Amino acid sequence: MVLISKQALRDYGKGLSVIILFLVIWEIAAILIDNNYILPSLESIAEVLFHPFEPVLGGASLMANTIVSLKEVLTGFFCAAALAIPLGMLIGWSKEVQAYLNPIIQILRPIPPIAWLPFAIAWFGIGINSILFIIVLGAFFPILINTVDGVQGIRVRWIEVAEMFHATTFEKLRTVIFPGALPRIWTGLRVSFAIAWMCVVAAEMLPGTTAGLGFLIMYAYNLGQLNVIGAGMVVIGIIGLGADMLFKAGQAKFFSWEGKE
Amino acid sequence: MAEPVLSVVGIQKTFSGDGEPCPALAGITFDVAGGDIVCIMGASGCGKSTLLRIIGGLEHADAGSIEGVAGSAAGGASAAMIFQDHALFPWLTVEENIAYGLRLAAQNIPEDEVHHRVQELLTLIHLGSFAHSLPHQLSGGMKQRVSVARALAIRPSILLMDEPFSALDTFTRRELEDEILRIRQKLKTTILMVTHNPEEAVYVADRIVVLSERPAIVSEILPVNLVHPRSFTDPEFIRIREEVTRKVQGKPDEEK
Repeated sequence: MVLISKQALRDYGKGLSVIILFLVIWEIAAILIDNNYILPSLESIAEVLFHPFEPVLGGASLMANTIVSLKEVLTGFFCAAALAIPLGMLIGWSKEVQAYLNPIIQILRPIPPIAWLPFAIAWFGIGINSILFIIVLGAFFPILINTVDGVQGIRVRWIEVAEMFHATTFEKLRTVIFPGALPRIWTGLRVSFAIAWMCVVAAEMLPGTTAGLGFLIMYAYNLGQLNVIGAGMVVIGIIGLGADMLFKAGQAKFFSWEGKE
Repeated sequence: MAEPVLSVVGIQKTFSGDGEPCPALAGITFDVAGGDIVCIMGASGCGKSTLLRIIGGLEHADAGSIEGVAGSAAGGASAAMIFQDHALFPWLTVEENIAYGLRLAAQNIPEDEVHHRVQELLTLIHLGSFAHSLPHQLSGGMKQRVSVARALAIRPSILLMDEPFSALDTFTRRELEDEILRIRQKLKTTILMVTHNPEEAVYVADRIVVLSERPAIVSEILPVNLVHPRSFTDPEFIRIREEVTRKVQGKPDEEK
């Protein structure tokens, strides 16, 4: 049985009331302004949202565009994780490797992924490869930094226990360092998914793309259909929130031991 | 005396932190006989823990040798260490923690044997019903018992304990001291324990090795020839306890 405390319910209520207030103000403003090119009404946005499988503005459906974006973000996200987790473990493990790589990481890290777009297009051309490049760049650093921190935060005592039992270097990595760092790696994955999701929408707004939520938003903008843009934004927000909730649930389920001993 | 399971011969260790070299151990020599419980005592900072870590293979001595126990370089562990802070892996269940050493390649033990030994040890430490709990769900004393079971799982020829009960409250501590005696009785385990509590030493030990202040040498080896169960109020118990305390403080013998 799932028990939700009264406090939690009350907090949900508080959050919901502000969302409702926001929607009411939006709707009132939309009625007063009465111009779909400035502020589309809630009904016109809902109209698009509630027909997710119908073609939008003569193109692909909302659902089809969403799936395109999701596929892109997941591909990029997993590529980034596959690169950043092993590299982060190496950097966290070896002071030598860290000395070599840390400066360049610290310089590249603050650059917004979108700033790489001109290079991406020059190198990979317009299309999926450029978009993936941007997503991987955006997702890479949070995973890397958190993995390094996680490995360096491993208690020396745990490693000593492994050594006492004559664990090999690989066994130390597999049985102590990776599981010990995993809660931090998970945090890195959570942060990086949010960034990757923002990157995919931004990258799809580029000229030359033909599908995805970002494309849909730009396409609707060119046709002046602000209600379609609003619907796209709602979908982006809900997917971002849902992913974050999944990561949080995973944290609660698998890493309840973190910080407790 | 039975054949020594462990011989510590002329162990020397000097720490060279910032600048000044700081001699900690200046030639430590003693034996531990099979099935004995030996306690190491000494003023704080005299290098007791360092000595135990050298025996356990976690640190290297500058000179001298450890005989009878394979250091960490050799395969097939024969010394297992228990730390003051249980040092359990918080992401593994009680059962998985106990099995940890057994599942490493160094032990090369088939999985049904691992399972068999873990069940045996869970019974031994009375934590069968907590097999699937995580360490943070256990009390301090229970965690330290799991830590003991994890060390015993590899059937070490000697159990090294570094102030294993000093983080526990008095009652839990008594309970665990009795448990250690019971385990020794049952498994004939040889135990080398660092403690700073003279009462604990006299309660569990067959012999007490007293180290001098640093740089430490063995200043005395006191036998404790009392039958178990020992009583804290036995005049002989009190006499030995007082003697140990004096020796640790480096005071001369009382005038007779």
